[in-house]
Amino acid sequence: MKKNMNWKELMHGDALPAGTAEEFQTGDWRSERPIWHKEKCINCYFCWINCPDSSILLDENKKVAGIDYKHCKGCGICAKECPVKEPKAITMETERR
Amino acid sequence: MAQLAKTGNEAMAEAMRQINPDVVAAYPITPATEVVMIFSQFVADGLVDTEYVAVESEHSAMSACVGAAAAGARVMTGTSSQGLQLMSEILPIATALRLPIVLCDVNRALSGPINIHCDHSDTMAVRDFGWVQIFSENAQEAYDNTLQAIKIAEDKRLRLPTMATTDGFIISHCMEKIETLDDNVVKEYVGEYQTINSVLDIDKPITLGSLDLQDYYFEHRMAMADAMKHAKEVIVEVGKDFGKRFGRSYDLIEGYKLDDAEIALVALGSTCGTARAVIDELREKGVKAGLLKIRVFRPFPAEEIVKALSKVKAAAIMDRSDTLSAQGGQVFTEIRSALFDANPKPLLTNYIYGLGGREISLDDIRKIFAEQKGIADSGKLKEIIQYFGVRQGG
Repeated sequence: MKKNMNWKELMHGDALPAGTAEEFQTGDWRSERPIWHKEKCINCYFCWINCPDSSILLDENKKVAGIDYKHCKGCGICAKECPVKEPKAITMETERR
Repeated sequence: MAQLAKTGNEAMAEAMRQINPDVVAAYPITPATEVVMIFSQFVADGLVDTEYVAVESEHSAMSACVGAAAAGARVMTGTSSQGLQLMSEILPIATALRLPIVLCDVNRALSGPINIHCDHSDTMAVRDFGWVQIFSENAQEAYDNTLQAIKIAEDKRLRLPTMATTDGFIISHCMEKIETLDDNVVKEYVGEYQTINSVLDIDKPITLGSLDLQDYYFEHRMAMADAMKHAKEVIVEVGKDFGKRFGRSYDLIEGYKLDDAEIALVALGSTCGTARAVIDELREKGVKAGLLKIRVFRPFPAEEIVKALSKVKAAAIMDRSDTLSAQGGQVFTEIRSALFDANPKPLLTNYIYGLGGREISLDDIRKIFAEQKGIADSGKLKEIIQYFGVRQGG
């Protein structure tokens, strides 16, 4: 979507194209970062289905492939829901900038 | 075409039946109850295809209207006074989303103290929410304005919600002879509803009503203000077209014996009828009195009013509502501001009158014209803002 549109360029009636949330990089908000450990992952998709930001990435074979850090807000639900015995396949770390 | 005896509420409900909207979501409130009550009977009798949503409050009514309109439906509702106030959180959202909802509004005093009778304070309180506001003088106009409101609101240049109003009890409950159009004529007149955006359109998915902060809110408000600018030309076009088709033309304002008038009365709604009778009387006596009726208050027809009053020496601006603290009522502040740069301009007096349904009689209007005659002859204003008809202590 074009940036800084003037009022004449806006879509009718406060509408936007669908799916613009993708352009909004909510990863900036993160104070904790989930780390995915491939060797521990059992591909149960608990993290994938529970993630509120659709930030669990899948590869072309529909296997878990990592975290979309551009959009992950670091809520930690994935780490909490991971059913693997400790240490889990997703763990949380403090975000450092 | 049929000639029928109908109250203002019946006239509006009849117009709604003939419009046959997709969705009506409403909650009853005096004196507008009958509008949606009669309409709900039409629904129950299978005379319309409307989905009637009986909600638990006016806040929910307007919310359901917004939802249905966002889905791409032609939507109508009706309310009054406190009901309009309860809707008021949602009213400007309908404007921002540019949803052409049509509201049959019956003007009634605002609480408190609690009162059910006519004044314009409810409608005036929501005047800056980007809704087109049309005032009716009688039941015929209530019918005609409801039909035109659909054409105005849905015009592609506009797409703004519109309220057609009547005066509580004075119009809403008084039976008058009105002329209605045939069902098929109305069907052809309002036409098929044209959807612009629909949240249910999977071929053109949209996001509606997203958070709009420092970077875009202002631009969206500008688009709303611009739509309101176009509203005037659309309302005039629709009014002329209505006249061509059905013999009753409408404009933003209407003058009655105003062309050569030295003194004028400016009013909205049912008071205009009373004023006409007094003007006829005065004209017979050789007094050059006239009426300026404001049919559309939003968008405010400033240029048109300035032009209409340009030759008048003194004018009474009638406000059936009060601001309690501004420099006069809502109509007066607008008109006085509009006339600031005009030259010559009439001497203006503001009469705040008829609050809570206090009667405005022929004799009252005679008194007001007599005072205006004195002002016109002497060239001197008296009390500029008057609370007319209130019992004053010594």
